[in-house]
Amino acid sequence: MRHVFQVRIGPVGFRVGSDWRAPVARLEDLYAAYPRPEDGIPDFTVRLFAARPWRRWLRPSVTLGGDFVLPEAAPLPLSQGLLAAEMAMNLQMALGQRRYLLLHASTVERDGRALLMTGLSGAGKSTLAALLAARGWRLMGDEFALVDPETGRVHAFPRLVSLKNGAIPIVRAALPDARFGPLIAGTPKGDIRHLVPDAAAIARMDQPAEPALILFPRFGFAPARRPLGPSEVFVRLTQASTNYVALGERGFDALTRLVREVPARAIDYPDAEAAIAEVEALWAGL
Amino acid sequence: MAERLFHAEPAEALRIVPLDDFTLVFHRPSGLTHLVTAPAPEILAILAGGPRTRDALLQRLAEAYDLADPSPEALDARLAELVAAGLVRAA
Repeated sequence: MRHVFQVRIGPVGFRVGSDWRAPVARLEDLYAAYPRPEDGIPDFTVRLFAARPWRRWLRPSVTLGGDFVLPEAAPLPLSQGLLAAEMAMNLQMALGQRRYLLLHASTVERDGRALLMTGLSGAGKSTLAALLAARGWRLMGDEFALVDPETGRVHAFPRLVSLKNGAIPIVRAALPDARFGPLIAGTPKGDIRHLVPDAAAIARMDQPAEPALILFPRFGFAPARRPLGPSEVFVRLTQASTNYVALGERGFDALTRLVREVPARAIDYPDAEAAIAEVEALWAGL
Repeated sequence: MAERLFHAEPAEALRIVPLDDFTLVFHRPSGLTHLVTAPAPEILAILAGGPRTRDALLQRLAEAYDLADPSPEALDARLAELVAAGLVRAA
């Protein structure tokens, strides 16, 4: 790989190698405030390489690679190189992480206690996390919550927040002074723009938090809230975990502890404002 | 022909965690997690005390859990499910 970028996000070190300068330059810029991997040794290596040797010059596209590879990972145009790098980092985590139980969830923290938000793509978990960060919550991550099987605590993984389509102007309005990456139009998920987590999120990314509330938000519905029993939460979270099976009994222990100790609610919301009010009300009632 | 005996998996093979109406059973040899509901946890609890025939199991279930309508057919179906899941052996 001609160009290399290294970064530590929470407890995980990455090395991203690329055939092109552009994605690495963009990552260096957006992750400028982040530390390097401890002892210079990354946990995961991500490679962005040319789909064909000649494609570096002709219609360049980026193919994802790494220690763990999904064969269907599709090449993306070079203009989406940043997106490819972010996706490849997620892929490495999803397939290779063994130390923590990985939940596909956004996480914010207040007073040492964590709020986890999980749900299908489009449920609004990244948007809600960014909007709560704008209200003083600490952003711990918009993609993965890392549950430590030994302690039950959640570790932060505050990579760039991936905002899609209608969420982009809402979050820009809520965080007018925040840094954003370039608008990446025409991706398989529509328009994407990355939000750089604020200084507090990066400075405190080594501080884990006690999980206090699990929410399953759903965007685009009349306001409703429903408590969820531990067994339903367990099933939903096994579906939201990329490595539950791979962790074996450690995963079982981590997840049973989480669903027995932490209350959970499903909330439907028509717009971001209603969701934030609902989250604050639920949190105040804990 | 002797009646079949149903055996539980060895105690160290299972992690059983009651949650609410459902109980989680982690099967260590396979690494599989099962979500079961009554009367499966009760069946596993009785068989943990030693193998039993279907009729002995039904009698014990009726005594211990105050079954309103002890049905051999229903118990056969539940046992078949537990055998298929690998949580109970028939021999």
